[in-house]
Amino acid sequence: MSSNPTTITIGDGQELVVNKVPLWRRRKAAANYIALLPYVFFALFPFYIMFITSIKTDQEINNLGQSPFWATGIATEHYVYLASNTSFFQHWFVNTLIVTVAVTIISVSIGILAAYALARLRFRGVEVFGVAVFITYLIPQTLLFIPLIDVINTIDDYVPIRDTYWSLILTYPTFLIPFVTWLLMGYFKTIPVEVEECAYLDGCSRLGALFRVVLPMAIPGIMCAILFSITLSWNELLYSLVFIQDETAKTISVGVITELIRGDIYYWGSLMAACFIGALPIIMIYGFFMDYFTSGLTAGAIK
Amino acid sequence: MVSVPNVERAVAASPPSSFRLRMKKRVGPDIDGYGFMLPAIIVMISLVVYPFCLAIWFSVSDAFVGEPASFIGLENFIYILTEDDIFIETIWNTLLFAFWSVLFKVVLGLSCALLLQRILKLRRFFRGSVLLPFVAPTALSTLGWWLILDPTYSHINWVLANMWPFSTFGYGPYNFLGNPTLAMASVIFVNIWRGIPFFIITILAGLMAIPEHLYDAAEIDGASTWRKFRSITLPLLRPVLAIIILFSTIFTLGEFNIIYVLTRGGPMNSTHLFSTYSFMYGILNHEIALGAAVALFLFPILVFIVIFLLRMVRRDTSHEL
Repeated sequence: MSSNPTTITIGDGQELVVNKVPLWRRRKAAANYIALLPYVFFALFPFYIMFITSIKTDQEINNLGQSPFWATGIATEHYVYLASNTSFFQHWFVNTLIVTVAVTIISVSIGILAAYALARLRFRGVEVFGVAVFITYLIPQTLLFIPLIDVINTIDDYVPIRDTYWSLILTYPTFLIPFVTWLLMGYFKTIPVEVEECAYLDGCSRLGALFRVVLPMAIPGIMCAILFSITLSWNELLYSLVFIQDETAKTISVGVITELIRGDIYYWGSLMAACFIGALPIIMIYGFFMDYFTSGLTAGAIK
Repeated sequence: MVSVPNVERAVAASPPSSFRLRMKKRVGPDIDGYGFMLPAIIVMISLVVYPFCLAIWFSVSDAFVGEPASFIGLENFIYILTEDDIFIETIWNTLLFAFWSVLFKVVLGLSCALLLQRILKLRRFFRGSVLLPFVAPTALSTLGWWLILDPTYSHINWVLANMWPFSTFGYGPYNFLGNPTLAMASVIFVNIWRGIPFFIITILAGLMAIPEHLYDAAEIDGASTWRKFRSITLPLLRPVLAIIILFSTIFTLGEFNIIYVLTRGGPMNSTHLFSTYSFMYGILNHEIALGAAVALFLFPILVFIVIFLLRMVRRDTSHEL
């Protein structure tokens, strides 16, 4: 919205003069921005505190007379400490990355197949499957973590997965597949059937039509599914807390909570540095692909 | 003798293959649909349905880590309902937690969405920042709040003590996570912080779906902003609101991360929810049976909400805007 009168050329050389925005309207617009500031402040506050605390020296953190909102300089000691004295980068970060990548690949592939069947194919029981996916999407982890320990122990008798990230790669898809399926189902339904019919006429098999025609058209939806899988696996806490005790097999969230909080004196600097670094990859991905996130969140809830 | 099987073969071959045809009639034209569903079904049955049945079995047994379990009927449920005062408190905590969290999330989410819809510049910046709490790892961002609420290092206490005009009132310092009421308020507060973005984004999408011409017509009729909100926005937003409130209720009832990081159910068990209390029984005390029984209390509530949701989703799609 420009505040100066502007001329816009329309079609065949005609000119349209857009008048100056009246002052009262501009004031009203400004009021909206001002009213939004508390929300922005509220949302970003803990991230700011994490960052600012992580670049203070211990001396500065413990100086309670000084304002905790500013740092006088940039100290890297906590980041150095994380890298040299803890398993943060060496194990936790790597484990989280491996689990996230593996789980995303598994969940999105299985989800694509299931969503395609639910959205397009006609076979007996398709509605029942659809409802079942919806219900499993809503079953909270709280209900499953105790029996899943038993399941993992049983599998562990044959393949050693207990206390390794394999137990997470196995269990995370339980909450991701329903979500991805639900999300993509809505997305596949928006792609016109005619395009697929053309593919069949040209001699494509079902899988051929899915991979060559439907998937390329569904790239935004699939991107969204991938991003959500990454976020949810990266952020998961309960399963990794319950299934993994070995310090070198932990993920970031669990490692930070169980290993960096020691005794009664908290090492706030290194703790906040770990939180900041742990959240950074997700925040960066989110910064780049924000639109996919928002569209996915909407689809997941409304469609 | 020779011609009979020939005829039979010919009959069998005349429609492409009669077995396939019969199957098609019975299960629909796309039999391969089962193949597409198979991987998902295997994962869901072995890692959701089976564990769920196992949870039910545990809840009616005397399962304890490392010991063989035997059937004891409803004893666990009777025990936690009649003899376990903390569990009764947990039910109240969960209801309180869910009610206040969801209420504030609706009000703040709706107001923020309405504001976001009105701005034109810096849209991405504003949207991006208010949605950040939802994508960042909850356990880690909650640790940030933990520092902010810490009795010694609390930024809130610092402001109350050192910053004008708050310093003149003489409030504080508060031990936010050490006092039962304040601890409950704190976990609700952080849960609201984390949950608002979900409301903002879905409400924003709901607002976009409301046709502009309704507002134009109302404006011609001389409707005030408040009147337009009350008579157009709110009624048309109702289906979206209802669905996200139910969704959010489910996720709020099952909340674990925030409580575990901030209070672990304390002080004096005043902030336990089903999840953390079940964790305490099942993992910390090795009482698998009681842990499973506590967690299963979520299930009836869940079923109720899911039935409600499914009905609403169906009704909703029948007359879309």
